Amino acid sequence: MSNHEHHENTAHKPVKRSGMSRRQFLSYTLGGAGAFMAAGMSLPMIRFAVDPILKKKAGGTWIKVVEENKITNDPQEFKFNIHQVDGWYVSDPELSAWISKDSSGNFFALSPVCKHLGCTISWNTEKNNEYVCPCHNAHYTKDGKNLTVAPKPLDEYELKIDKGWVYLGPIKANTRV
Amino acid sequence: MLKGVYNWIDERLDITPMWRDVADHEVPEHVNPAHHFSAFVYCFGGLTFFITVIQILSGMFLTMYFVPDIINAYKSVDYLQHKVAFGGIVRGMHHWGASLVIVMMFLHTLRVFFTGSYKAPREMNWVVGMLIFFIMLGLGFTGYLLPWDNKAYFATKVGIQIAESVPYIGVYIKELMQGGEIVGAETLTRFFAIHVFFLPGALLALLAAHFFMIRKQGISGPL
Ligand code: HEM
Ligand code: FES
Repeated sequence: MSNHEHHENTAHKPVKRSGMSRRQFLSYTLGGAGAFMAAGMSLPMIRFAVDPILKKKAGGTWIKVVEENKITNDPQEFKFNIHQVDGWYVSDPELSAWISKDSSGNFFALSPVCKHLGCTISWNTEKNNEYVCPCHNAHYTKDGKNLTVAPKPLDEYELKIDKGWVYLGPIKANTRV
Repeated sequence: MLKGVYNWIDERLDITPMWRDVADHEVPEHVNPAHHFSAFVYCFGGLTFFITVIQILSGMFLTMYFVPDIINAYKSVDYLQHKVAFGGIVRGMHHWGASLVIVMMFLHTLRVFFTGSYKAPREMNWVVGMLIFFIMLGLGFTGYLLPWDNKAYFATKVGIQIAESVPYIGVYIKELMQGGEIVGAETLTRFFAIHVFFLPGALLALLAAHFFMIRKQGISGPL
């Protein structure tokens, strides 16, 4: 019953092999195969879960909202429907925009979504010619400039005039303040 | 009869040492409310676990009626609450338990903090405890959307907007949470999956680690 370690030190020097040992080869092979199987399992699931951020977004379209001559210097709320595809539900929900003219006669349309935490603002509810949010009392000027509470000005809709009609497009950051 | 069954199994599988190892341990005097009434503060961890068990059980039963779909979610919750026997009770257990579990967890955390039990060698259990805390907040956030009423919808919208305020990656976090460009059908199914499978799974794994460490290290000493 000789001790292996002892043996090595005295009589038989182990054969010097170049390259990897049997143990190393087996652990690389098993590790590689294991990693391959783990990746084969998890990659489909991860890709599945992150699909929403990688899907191609549908481009915005123009929607006919109101006749040009209805727009006044005072903002008015106009409702319109957009075509919306929400997963397996297709619908035409109603959105609204506050549309007005500035002093040089340019049309612009503001989104009613408060930039504080997303409640719905409206015009002049406090009779001071400002947009007011009922939730935490954010105030905005007619151009959508944030006066209190909200950290950013109201978003704006893309707007174009065509043959006497106002068309609205996608939402963008406010360009007026 | 029961004893006979137990003995029959024990002869074959020797199960006594297994449960002895889990259940047989001393409760030191300083954590026993029978000795010092003020030691009731040591019960909050157990109470948190008790309510977690209620959440998991009542939640499992709610899924027998609940449908995670924007057309039917509200109707199914309305039905299970008003038309199913004890629906108000089972939903009530889940509804009030969700708040109570946060209260208990907070009290438990205060106890750990003021007894200094987070100090070496128990630092890892404090970290695991914090992870459990965030999982619980996640369960509350994802569960709140499920009834799909106005409160649910707007609370989720606001919550996602807060997540969106993270610099640079905020928009991606938002779309990942929404599962699309709006809070809609895909958000509801996503939140449902996260609420009933992903987070409870993570929670159970963390609780196992929490309890394993407590058994290994014992309860911290008196002040
Ligand atoms: C500690 C863990 C949990 C917490 C804190 C929690 C929290 C919540 C909250 C706040 C709601 C909204 C309830 C309401 O508005 O009335 C909810 C709903 C729901 N939860 Fe949980 N939950 C937990 C675990 C679970 C588990 C494990 C399941 C299922 C396996 C589950 C299934 C459901 C279902 C189906 C609903 C929708 C029904 C309803 O709104 O009443 N929950 N949860
Ligand atoms: S959401 Fe408008 S003020 Fe807070």
